[in-house]
Amino acid sequence: MNYAFDYGWLLVYWPVLVKGIAITLELTLVGGALGVALGIACAWARALGPGWLRPFVAAYVELIRNTPFLIQLFFIFFGLPALGVRMGELEAANLAMVINLGAYGCEIIRAGIQATPNGQFEAGASLGMSRLQTFWHVVLIPALQRIWPALSSQIVIVMLGSAAVSQIAAEDLTFAANFIQSRTFRAFESYFVATLIYLVLAIALRQALRGLGWTLFPKRTAR
Amino acid sequence: MSLIEITEVKKRFGDNEVLKGINIDVAPGEVVAIIGRSGSGKSTLLRCINGLEAIDEGSISVAGAQLLPDELHLKALRLKVGMIFQQFNLFPHLTAGRNVMLSQMVVKKTPKAQAEAMAKTMLERVGLGHKFDAYPDQLSGGQQQRVAIARALAMQPIALLCDEITSALDPELVSEVLAVVKELAGEGMTLMMVTHEMRFARDVCSRVVFMHQGRVHEIGPPEEVFANPKTPELQQFLGVTH
Repeated sequence: MNYAFDYGWLLVYWPVLVKGIAITLELTLVGGALGVALGIACAWARALGPGWLRPFVAAYVELIRNTPFLIQLFFIFFGLPALGVRMGELEAANLAMVINLGAYGCEIIRAGIQATPNGQFEAGASLGMSRLQTFWHVVLIPALQRIWPALSSQIVIVMLGSAAVSQIAAEDLTFAANFIQSRTFRAFESYFVATLIYLVLAIALRQALRGLGWTLFPKRTAR
Repeated sequence: MSLIEITEVKKRFGDNEVLKGINIDVAPGEVVAIIGRSGSGKSTLLRCINGLEAIDEGSISVAGAQLLPDELHLKALRLKVGMIFQQFNLFPHLTAGRNVMLSQMVVKKTPKAQAEAMAKTMLERVGLGHKFDAYPDQLSGGQQQRVAIARALAMQPIALLCDEITSALDPELVSEVLAVVKELAGEGMTLMMVTHEMRFARDVCSRVVFMHQGRVHEIGPPEEVFANPKTPELQQFLGVTH
């Protein structure tokens, strides 16, 4: 092997990488927060909501879970303008991630809701709470606690999946790696650095979600 | 003037008629024990009174609040009658104090400070003032059930329904819960309780209802029902042979 590794370009191109990291983080933060919120709303609708609403939510969930993320992204960015709905690449990327996580999150959170003992609903009702109040104050937090590891994994998957947004020229980390590679012809080094950064981001995100879980859910102490 | 009026109540699960026309009137301050075999309909009756089960025929009212199947009427009814469950059903993500505060704040829109003061008072009333910040899984079964009683009392109901509230407890924990109930009875709270604690029913209750196959089979003051069961079914249930 006589390939000479050269990371000298880092000195020139690091601002591109930093910008890419910032955009990937922004997409993850917005996509994660709004996606989970959408997932909660859909999970409520599918598990406890009015009967007329359920088929619509089910259709949305199945549509998203059975089509590629890249196609969803292309549809929003390239397809919707035909209907007069135009948005920038970042808005399209954010929207696609929210819609995507909303569908997967819906199914994960729904599992948590459906594992709720019936006595919790009855206790809420017997105290005079409405069904929605019982869901919001009684059912939701323990339901999220049950599925938090699965939901955390899904959020990490969505963050890694955000690499696809480089295809609509949203300048995320993958876009940055492609850009640097095309300027320096240092393919190995460019993608190696991007790989490391994704790895660190994913581990950090997982830890952050774990920490969030600790603050959201009370500590269980063994009796 | 009755506080709880149960008139010709019928309830079916599919083809299975579990309540076949129940009539019971409960006066204010009365403590009514409902006894009977499992499957006799006693828990179902109790659950019908605050609308956890819908009734098919008849009517139920508590202090003028009619049992009607819409959320507004149900809420009005449930504000008058609290319920304690066999499995406690405390909210696991909230401390004991928060469990007692939640419905006051959500349903009655009580300000937080006031709800907290009420929660402290009620927890002290059941002997758990020092457990305000404990989570349910840090409490024994008996303590959890007493928190559940405090939680129901904090809504200031006129009557309490107790559905086998000591059946899930270890034997040594039963008495601490029953002591609380006895105290409530002494203070004039109207109680309807499904129970297997015959001695408690005899000592504390003003009336005993024996249910059998979906009907009120015998009803009367405990000394009469326990000492002098008239029907063979009750005699058999009590293990008395004449």
